[in-house]
Amino acid sequence: MSSSEQIIPHGHILRYNLRERLTHWVAAAAYIYLLSTGLAFWSPWLFWIAAALGGAQVSRMLHPWAGLIFFASVWNMYAMWAQQMKHTEDDRKWWKAVRYYSTNQDEKMPPAGRYNAGQKFLFWGFFWSTVALLVTGIVLWFPEYIPWNLRFLRYLSVLIHPAAALFTIGLFMIHLYMGLFAERGAFGSVIRGDVSIAFAKRYHPAWYKEIVGESSSPRK
Amino acid sequence: MSQATLRVQKISGHAGSVPGEDTQREYTVCKLIDTTTCIGCKACEVACMEWNDLPFGETVFDNSYQTMPETRWNYWNLILFNEHEREDGSLMWLMRKNQCMHCAEPGCLAACPADGAIVQYTNGIVDFQQANCIGCGYCITGCPFDIPKMNPQTHRVFKCTLCTDRVSEGLEPACIKSCPTGCLHFGSKEDMLDLAGKRVKQLRDHSNFPNAGVYDPPGVGGTGVVYVLHDASNPEIYGGLPKNPRVPLSVKLWKGPLKWLGNVAMIGGMIGLFVHYLRYGPKAREEEDLTSKPGGGKS
Repeated sequence: MSSSEQIIPHGHILRYNLRERLTHWVAAAAYIYLLSTGLAFWSPWLFWIAAALGGAQVSRMLHPWAGLIFFASVWNMYAMWAQQMKHTEDDRKWWKAVRYYSTNQDEKMPPAGRYNAGQKFLFWGFFWSTVALLVTGIVLWFPEYIPWNLRFLRYLSVLIHPAAALFTIGLFMIHLYMGLFAERGAFGSVIRGDVSIAFAKRYHPAWYKEIVGESSSPRK
Repeated sequence: MSQATLRVQKISGHAGSVPGEDTQREYTVCKLIDTTTCIGCKACEVACMEWNDLPFGETVFDNSYQTMPETRWNYWNLILFNEHEREDGSLMWLMRKNQCMHCAEPGCLAACPADGAIVQYTNGIVDFQQANCIGCGYCITGCPFDIPKMNPQTHRVFKCTLCTDRVSEGLEPACIKSCPTGCLHFGSKEDMLDLAGKRVKQLRDHSNFPNAGVYDPPGVGGTGVVYVLHDASNPEIYGGLPKNPRVPLSVKLWKGPLKWLGNVAMIGGMIGLFVHYLRYGPKAREEEDLTSKPGGGKS
């Protein structure tokens, strides 16, 4: 997705098309439900969340289905973005300079493409965690059908499922922080789809160049 | 109903203290099963179904006395028949009444996330409260004896209650009452271990079972059901009675270190990000600021 069609009037660039935005919000809704109910099962101190969501029996019943929806949306993201999320030489440089990124000295960062190395890490972290959560989640969905001599599957699952979930919670917190607070304009981009040219230039200069380079006359 | 013996000492998935904990000391109750005098008559199975009003289930015929392979959600007490060939070539027909062991440190209760779905009374009985059960099946994973079973229709888990309703009235469990050979006994844990010890001595001294012993596995803190076995060195021959049952290591790791690590990481992460925002703030305050900083440039 890189052409002059992405450049829209009033100094904006289309960053996420409708399919990308829809997928993101389906995943977000499913994830928030999974997180809430999952935390209820995680700790007795958070069990009230399940009560607030209609009772723990309902939470237990719907959690796996929400998991399937989440997996499907992450799979869709994989289909859309796997190519763009490939690790490059620039990403290695980005990680070496990550301390500048985390202290808001973005001008010292090597130019990032459509996704910077941190976003790629978030993507692959979520992707592989979701695969692990799906596999272990299916075991936890039907523990009564796991034969006794395959019980190690249950033993692995009760450990890997929360561990993978915790890893995604770490990623999720950083994702929320970046999208809602740190990078002004990022949240709007996943709602409306566009970012300002200034945003593109500052955070994703290589991506900006790619688009403008292919456009004969970039509008302002 | 009398609540005399139904004070709770442990509650699954419970935040905070347990009401009534340590307010009253009681005898720990215990069921003693002497496998050496069991004749496999299944009277205990029938008594269990009768008292607990369990429906008659479909049985399996595979040319043996084994009417079903394992306990079910509505069949809590099952005699396991095992043919065991000894080293000298002689055959032993072993019968073991299988049911919930009522562990002192129950893996089901440790694994259960639902507040009050599993309780342990001060008399040691571990009891499922189906009204609070959410059907997650974690108890199935926590149990080293493969005892909790899910009702596929209601998604609630069931198992032997040690006839809590009878015991609280001062009666013995239904299975004990029905046993015609006297291989089942019920009383305080202390008395049952004493009785078991005497029987083991008899087996060793007079019946040529030098490996006879009591099965009261310490890995789960001891059990509320203890066995006298002809060969306590090899409990596996009694239909897979685990030699050293424990709450699975992964369940302990999950409910122990992982929980602490996870909670610290989640709370620490939130605090960390908040402090980061206080220190560094947003990358650019307003969208216009983007252009005025180095590397931005007017578009």
